[in-house]
Amino acid sequence: MLSRVADNLFWLGRYAERAENGARLVDATLRLAALPSEREGDGVGGVWHSAIVAAGCEASYHQRYRTMEPEHAIHHLVFDRENPSSIVACIDAARRNGRSVRTALTQTTWEALNTLWLELDRRGAQALAADDLAAFLDWIQYSANALRGAASGTMLRSDAYWFLQLGHFIERGDNTARILDVKYHVLLPEHAPVGSAVDYFQWSALLRALSAVRTYGYVYREPVRPRNVVELVILRPEMPRSLASSLSQVDRYLLAIAADYGERHRCQDIARARYARIRDLGVDDIFAYGMHAFLTDFVEANVELGDAIAEAYLR
Amino acid sequence: MDDASRLAAVFNEMYAPDGSIRPSYAGVAAWLERTPYELVELKRREAEFLFRRIGITFAVYGASADPERIIPFDIVPRILAASEWALLERGLEQRVRALNAFLHDVYHGREILRAGVVPEAQVLRHPAHVPEMEGLLLPHRAYTSVAGIDIVRTAPETFYVLEDNLRTPSGVSYMLENREMTMRLFPDLCALHSVRPVDHYPDALLSTLRSIAPRASDREPTVALLTPGLYNSAYFEHTYLADRMGVELVEGQDLFVDGDEVFMRTTEGPRRVDVLYRRIDDPFLDPEAFRKDSMLGVPGLMRAYRAGKVNLANAVGTGIADDKATYIHVPAMIAFYLGEKPILNNVPTWDCSVPDNLAYVRAHMADLVVKEVQGSGGYGMLVGPTATREERRAYRERLEASPADFIAQPTLALSTAPTFVDEGVAPRHLDLRPFVLTGEDITIVPGGLTRVALREGSLVVNSSQGGGTKDTWVLEGEGGG
Repeated sequence: MLSRVADNLFWLGRYAERAENGARLVDATLRLAALPSEREGDGVGGVWHSAIVAAGCEASYHQRYRTMEPEHAIHHLVFDRENPSSIVACIDAARRNGRSVRTALTQTTWEALNTLWLELDRRGAQALAADDLAAFLDWIQYSANALRGAASGTMLRSDAYWFLQLGHFIERGDNTARILDVKYHVLLPEHAPVGSAVDYFQWSALLRALSAVRTYGYVYREPVRPRNVVELVILRPEMPRSLASSLSQVDRYLLAIAADYGERHRCQDIARARYARIRDLGVDDIFAYGMHAFLTDFVEANVELGDAIAEAYLR
Repeated sequence: MDDASRLAAVFNEMYAPDGSIRPSYAGVAAWLERTPYELVELKRREAEFLFRRIGITFAVYGASADPERIIPFDIVPRILAASEWALLERGLEQRVRALNAFLHDVYHGREILRAGVVPEAQVLRHPAHVPEMEGLLLPHRAYTSVAGIDIVRTAPETFYVLEDNLRTPSGVSYMLENREMTMRLFPDLCALHSVRPVDHYPDALLSTLRSIAPRASDREPTVALLTPGLYNSAYFEHTYLADRMGVELVEGQDLFVDGDEVFMRTTEGPRRVDVLYRRIDDPFLDPEAFRKDSMLGVPGLMRAYRAGKVNLANAVGTGIADDKATYIHVPAMIAFYLGEKPILNNVPTWDCSVPDNLAYVRAHMADLVVKEVQGSGGYGMLVGPTATREERRAYRERLEASPADFIAQPTLALSTAPTFVDEGVAPRHLDLRPFVLTGEDITIVPGGLTRVALREGSLVVNSSQGGGTKDTWVLEGEGGG
């Protein structure tokens, strides 16, 4: 297929995934900000600051606003088309990428994407008027799921589908790592030590941002503990938004492409090595290395992998 | 003449002057009769919703709000009986044969110019004349692989060619989607008629394009559709046709020329291209040969084309045959190359570069349609009878400043067909653009794009000027059961 088409599919996957994860992140932050103790001092500013950091929007936010206000943060993360990482900007970008490669998408996939885009502004205005941001965020997640379902249910398993999926899983790994890293940035209030109610709530919010609250309960059958959360969202390959799962999917789709084209590139080797490495890790290894350092490495290695994919196929 | 009596003189495709219904429309008339207005209105809205969801939109240049508009689709089909279509088909094939012969001649022996049938200066000094095309032999001498011929009708057997579109004519995706829409919304109405299908058009187009591949080869020629990109008004159509033909939709940046061969950049490395169905205008094709500032084209493409390593559809330089000044000479071309009488008439046309004609046109502007020779899309024309005195005065000044840039035609009483408008079903003026494919053979899919002027009394059917479209039915027989 055309390199440009593969590139557009890859970025369609990335932007759709980013929009969906952005909606999860803001949703979880709304809940976190509603926690009574967070309303004191710089608490509320603190949780929104962490959301801005997790979305990678710290620089763009501070260019525009001097202080951390919930309204500003929400506008910046959700509605601001000047911010290329905002949810609406990601959906615009996903649709732009999809529109230029319509021939590579099935009709059902295109219609799911186009409907999301056509409804976006009306739904957004509706949510603002009704002061019901959560409904809007739900709808974004619902529509993003519909889009993924349309692709998975109707697209031929060939390179077009694989590049789309590669975009999704490269982005998902990145987003999950960033959401996890929020814990590093959110300083616990001094009166609330590790293991306190506030700490507990923060870890739950994190699970919520990864749609993993029920999964956690099902897998561990005990109250939320940091060790388990780290294991679940970093190491468990059966947890669909975990880092291990993302790496396994990236590896899988790159192998499918290499097999189909009959040629391997550097990106296949990188992906294979990363997946092998994370499979050998235990929770203690991560805590020993430092979770923030681990996540930072992950995000950087992800960028390198993205570049290697681009070099092999997308230019 | 007041509006009512003018409309009475107009050929109504559904009703005969005595009020009876013509046989081809009997089924539609009965259906309109028994279907409640509310249901039809519901279906019309459903159609609009579907078109928007599928994303069949077009961009209107200069329109700021809602850059992605949909062309209004009128749900009442326009019907041609088998005998009417047979006449059109013969006439179209004849005309397009002559136009291709003319293009080959102009870029080779120039016999028609030497014979004085077409003025030499008009062709050789034409802005669309491309000297690089001289002496280049094209497979099957096919210049206009895709031609869109605009036809209007004024009487039962009287069809006129209004315009030949020989460069990158568009609209065929509407022909195909309109049929899809009618079959989806009104399966019962379709089932009552034997309508000749159109949905094989993409296959016919692909066969045509393959037939003009530059060299005999043991592999199937690789065809690609070259688009200016997302922001082109016909982008939807480009994606649609590429998809339906199963060929790559490429932009200039996806192609490169190496050793006079054209390649696509793909995920599996470079892949050679044999035929480009290009929807980019000549000046933008190749920044080495034409406009240096073109970001849309492919550097070196003309070199590869001249070397016979790639073929382009349509050929470069076809614009000399489709402007409104050359149009006047098409009947003479038919006589010159084919030795035949034209089956389809030209609209009588005054070439304003001729002083006598100019004098006549100046004196009769209120009755005439005056057009720019180079204009298209309904822009820059004056419809005398509906223009204001002030508009006519301003236009006359432009005409007098450069008469050779204008032609004039009588305002034809374009035929009407029943159309669903705010007040209910009412007659509206329409035209027809059939698409004629030329490769090894000539292929015409029965029908074409019917455009309809939705405003009462309006004769301008262009989508950029408030026109809509209709599904066009060519019946297996004469209709009437």
